[in-house]
Amino acid sequence: MTETMKAAAKKDCRGVSCPMNMVYTKVGLSKLTTGDVLEVLLDDGPPINNVPGSVQREGHEILSKHQLEDGSWQLMIRKGVVKK
Amino acid sequence: MRDFSTEELDRYSRHILLGDVGVEGQEKLLAARVLIVGAGGLGCPAALYLAAAGVGKIGIVDNDVVEISNLQRQIAHFTDDIGRSKVESARDKMRQINPGLDIETYQLFLEAANIREIIRDYDFVIDGTDNFPTKFLVNDACVMENIPLSHGGILRFDGQTMTIVPGQSSCYRCSFRSPPPPDAVPTCSQAGVLGAIAGMLGTIQAAEALKFITGAGSLLTNTLLTFNAKTMAFRKINLKKQDDCPVCGKKPTITELVDAEQTTCDLK
Repeated sequence: MTETMKAAAKKDCRGVSCPMNMVYTKVGLSKLTTGDVLEVLLDDGPPINNVPGSVQREGHEILSKHQLEDGSWQLMIRKGVVKK
Repeated sequence: MRDFSTEELDRYSRHILLGDVGVEGQEKLLAARVLIVGAGGLGCPAALYLAAAGVGKIGIVDNDVVEISNLQRQIAHFTDDIGRSKVESARDKMRQINPGLDIETYQLFLEAANIREIIRDYDFVIDGTDNFPTKFLVNDACVMENIPLSHGGILRFDGQTMTIVPGQSSCYRCSFRSPPPPDAVPTCSQAGVLGAIAGMLGTIQAAEALKFITGAGSLLTNTLLTFNAKTMAFRKINLKKQDDCPVCGKKPTITELVDAEQTTCDLK
């Protein structure tokens, strides 16, 4: 993992279904400043299929996405410029 | 940033998910103060939606009590409320939807002598009144106090609304100079009104308030939105701020509020 991918905060959304996992992700991002990285843990299935796209549509960048041993996913998000 | 409780995140999740509202927009809503003038056809749906949205402080003004003829369209009042004060009835329903809000009731007639002091505590005003003198009074007071408002009116199958940001956009008096003569325009009690259009218009006004607070989208400023529910035709009429407007123009002639004669017909 590169230095720029060091997460400023982490949200464990394992066990949280859609859309509340996106709500918690947005809450996590709202506390960061542009350029900061948020690490989010998501369940396999609909969560990992839906959250990354929603995050991108709001102007943030998906830095990486990889599956963990328990089957859940680690998503690294760089906060983008907040759209007005 | 405010720390939302899990319950608040659940309650407001559909706002937080919206790109143009989000966590920041919901925070603004919780910190906002909106005054609803009239707990009738327009004020009732507006009150319920603003409470549901989590507008932190909601004021509601009305001097009347609930009558059975109100129930066809004044959706916050129930049969058991007949005879109760409308503001208390509306407050109870708002609290049932969202118990955490600060709700202020004003059981009184808005007049020149009391309106400015009341509206000063709010960020946005929704005009849900049923008579022209009060509509002009609310407009003039909001211009003088520099408080944005949503004008609204309904009759028979028709509705109209415009949003006014004093100093920036056309006010009600820019386009409609003074109240029409008595009985030139019938009231709902004379002419009738399709109940559901109260909900259509009142919820448009609530949406304008929510948009103003969150900054989402563009408002119905310099625009009169009209609709006719028989054809479901909606129309937008462009309006301009008028330099010679007697209240918001360059040389205003209305510089203090006076109570107009009540020009609505008092038929029941």
